[in-house]
Amino acid sequence: MKIAADVDTCQGLGMCEAMAPDFFEVGEDGYVDVLDAAPAEEHRKHVMAAVAACPVSALRLAG
Amino acid sequence: MPHRLVVVGASLAGLRAVEGARSAGYQGEISLVGEELWAPYDRTSLAKAYLTEQNAEMVTLISDRELRDDLGVDLHLGERAQGLDLAARDVVTDRTRIRYDALVIATGATPRQLPGTEGLRGVSTLRTLDDARDVRTAMDAGARVIIIGAGFIGSEVASAAHKRGLSVTLIEAMPTPLSRSVGPAVGEMLTDLHREAGTAVRLGVGVEQVLHANGQVTGVRLADGSVVEADLVVAGLGVTPATGWLGAAVDLHRDGGIVCDASLATSVPGIWAAGDVAHAPQALFDGELMRLEHWTNAAEQGSLAGRNAVSRQEPELLDSVPYFWSDWYGHRVQFVGTPGADEVLLVGPPGPGAIALYRRGNRVVGALTVDRQRVVMKLRRRIADAGDWDEAVTFARELDVLAVTR
Repeated sequence: MKIAADVDTCQGLGMCEAMAPDFFEVGEDGYVDVLDAAPAEEHRKHVMAAVAACPVSALRLAG
Repeated sequence: MPHRLVVVGASLAGLRAVEGARSAGYQGEISLVGEELWAPYDRTSLAKAYLTEQNAEMVTLISDRELRDDLGVDLHLGERAQGLDLAARDVVTDRTRIRYDALVIATGATPRQLPGTEGLRGVSTLRTLDDARDVRTAMDAGARVIIIGAGFIGSEVASAAHKRGLSVTLIEAMPTPLSRSVGPAVGEMLTDLHREAGTAVRLGVGVEQVLHANGQVTGVRLADGSVVEADLVVAGLGVTPATGWLGAAVDLHRDGGIVCDASLATSVPGIWAAGDVAHAPQALFDGELMRLEHWTNAAEQGSLAGRNAVSRQEPELLDSVPYFWSDWYGHRVQFVGTPGADEVLLVGPPGPGAIALYRRGNRVVGALTVDRQRVVMKLRRRIADAGDWDEAVTFARELDVLAVTR
């Protein structure tokens, strides 16, 4: 499972951080930092919730 | 599982209901009824990029083709729901009847119009793509702009007009804007963002008359007798739940919203509601019944209602912290939790960089930030955990040293 974040699309709204704070954080520049781009399978539910919650669809999950 | 799910309302909550049902493994029929002609699009962008950026197009959330082919939806766009026949289990539209086994109501809300302005050119609300097109066309022509109602929508439109270099006046009947949304002190603080940008703000004064000539608005006369001239008047007077079509089919709240339980079930078995129409008890805030008009609420409730509508298991219950954001003059305003508080404490500077915390008893129940994208979700976690007030204040003071984002 691999997380891809489109920082040009990101608006820094933080829903990903709300859903999965171990994997996403709004960084100093106000846009998403992916803290761990290759989460272990056991975290799939939270990471998927974060990807789905993005108001501007800036996150993708592969694998 | 039901044989046919009908979702009435084809905006964000309705779309998420469809997606939620499919993600739960539901393979039956789904019909989606929407009054507007378009597949679901992002309303939040209408007052932002759509008004300010050259050639900005509406932000579609999904295409007609994807709805039909990928989600297997029987689409009824440009079709208005007019009633429910509970005995027959039919949704009655202006074209047909659609039988349901399970129904999700996500018809949203309708903006309040300025009285006596029907048919007048240059007067608009901002809810739909058609509204936004009208407002944008007037702004393109260099309109002098009046916004009536200094809430979040009104403030975003004011900000967009200002960004285009247009003359803009914001008029609010209440002495302090946004009191209900964020409390009076924070409402006053946010209003300073308008003043600092140079937008004229008139508070505590109502509109007595909308002036017009030859069917085109020319300005407004205020209760104090003064006249402000304008070519475009945008009303941001709030919304009412779009439930008139339901009659007395389901139990309604006194504001017209639909009363739901924590699983978003209405008073009628098999009928669910989601988004701007739904009053639902918030477990985090002592079961308080809330009707929220936020993007995140529509997304989360839509998905939950869709899943519950097709499930045969125990329904899932709402479990989220209300959250909204608004962009003014390049500043990001964010709010998490509830403004219903015993005390509001400002940590950090007023204006850009502000962190306001909301206390109920000894708990932190809300937080508002300006240009603090790094901070707000960390406060949200405290609110979700019903965190101790003193600890939250200490935490916020520590966060205050983090850089302001813009």
